[in-house]
Amino acid sequence: MAERVFMKGCEAIAEAGVRAGCRFFAGYPITPQNEIPEYFARRMPEVGGVFVQGESEVASVNMLYGAAATGTPAMSSSSSCGISLYSEGVSYCASARLPVVYVNVQRGGPGIGAIQPAQQDYLQATKASGNGGFRMIVLAPATVQECVDMVYEAFELAQRDNNPVLVLTDGVIGTMMEPVVLPPMKTDEDIKAMKAKFADKACTGHEPCKQHFCFPGSVGTGQEIANKEAEKMYATWDKDVRVEKYLTDDAEIIFAAYGISARISRAVVKQLRAEGIKAGMIRPITVSPFPYEAFSSLDFNQVKGILDVEMSIPAQMRWDIDHAVQGRCPINECRRSGGQLLTNDQVLEGARQLIKEVL
Amino acid sequence: MERNIMMAGFGGQGVMTMGKLLAEATCDATDLKVSFFPSYGAAMRGGTANCFVVISDDEIGAPVCYNVEDLIVMNGPSLHAFLKNVKPGGNLFINSTIVTDPIDRDDVNVISAPVTQMALDMGNDRALNVIMLGVYVGYTDAVPEEVIIKGIEHKFENKPKLIPPNVDAFKKGIEIGRAQKK
Repeated sequence: MAERVFMKGCEAIAEAGVRAGCRFFAGYPITPQNEIPEYFARRMPEVGGVFVQGESEVASVNMLYGAAATGTPAMSSSSSCGISLYSEGVSYCASARLPVVYVNVQRGGPGIGAIQPAQQDYLQATKASGNGGFRMIVLAPATVQECVDMVYEAFELAQRDNNPVLVLTDGVIGTMMEPVVLPPMKTDEDIKAMKAKFADKACTGHEPCKQHFCFPGSVGTGQEIANKEAEKMYATWDKDVRVEKYLTDDAEIIFAAYGISARISRAVVKQLRAEGIKAGMIRPITVSPFPYEAFSSLDFNQVKGILDVEMSIPAQMRWDIDHAVQGRCPINECRRSGGQLLTNDQVLEGARQLIKEVL
Repeated sequence: MERNIMMAGFGGQGVMTMGKLLAEATCDATDLKVSFFPSYGAAMRGGTANCFVVISDDEIGAPVCYNVEDLIVMNGPSLHAFLKNVKPGGNLFINSTIVTDPIDRDDVNVISAPVTQMALDMGNDRALNVIMLGVYVGYTDAVPEEVIIKGIEHKFENKPKLIPPNVDAFKKGIEIGRAQKK
């Protein structure tokens, strides 16, 4: 086995980006993701990449747009209110079909929110990260190792679809340290090959007659054609749906949680199982496309209740669970917000309440 | 078996370094699962600083826990803020140089060491955290002491001069921890 190293979530995200071939990063400081740009600032010169601290989020995301238009593997990161400022730029990237990767290390909200961790951006991330109805694959890691694996994979997915990919994490996972095994470093040849695949679209300059345009959409009736093309691409994502079903086979109580809330829920499921309670968990790994099937195909003669666990008030993933469950069993919520962290004890208390009501 | 450890003090006492040293050394030298989570106020020096380390042979759920097996307090305010978070039968480690208030719980094991004074006596006032880590490991055997010594060597590999005094400080702590073992 490869050697494990002890890394902070944000630094692991940045190193995974470098190893995935990222050679352009632009960003603007905001807690709790500052270690991502800080790491890139130090690391990019070592690999011949470019780091820019933009004068704002708006400038940074537009530099990301520009860098991706040249075919350079590019990435950015921000947090919650900063991500709101990315909306326009990401929408333009989606419109121009550019393979950018960005990371949201969620903090409190709405507005400037709290600098502490939260999961308050679920609906924004999964449904409308900008105007125009574009869609993205959104990956939700629950461990520092998954941050590494998903950022690495995000570059592959973005380049496969020529579409933005978002990694949606939070201030707990971004700030905590855990052992990770890092993926192999993409070689200069690998990166050259990535750029070559994009060469027929890339804006590589005026000489020698190799100018291309990455239009944000197309003018006139072309827009509808572009949207239909994008829709065809979204329709291929059934294969990309990823979900973890933990001890669900005989479960009567199902926890529904992603990211940090899922790792806490898992510990509580274990505790309840030790008491003889048939608990299980469904963890969306891709929150977009959402694993509706995992919920809609549950045997509701067996499942008596669902506990939606989120660090968000009001609950947001609840919308997707409702959509799949269609009222076939009660759904309770266990939530914290405003920088208050969920703990094992609170989730356990939420579970006991549900058990009292339905079992 | 999962072990939740909370360490608290004020900025400048090396609380984060103490937690990170324990966690990173555990990562490097064992197969155990381990997490470290820092929590601090806006001020660097003099502000509140606490961190959480979880060591487990199974997957770790929450990296933050307010119901811990072990609490290390490096200053008075931390004692008052977090004493309630120790499980009955848990361990409370105090820096007795400056934590002098009575401990109004009789269901926890109190292990005290004057680590601020000891560090001053050793002529290395910054080593109080390493001494306390020694006390902790000596008392709990949460990880083998060699694991931390390797961690110290790794941490100071670019400043090798600092390895012997820190290893000494750690060993002094180990002795105190062992001596208070029941």
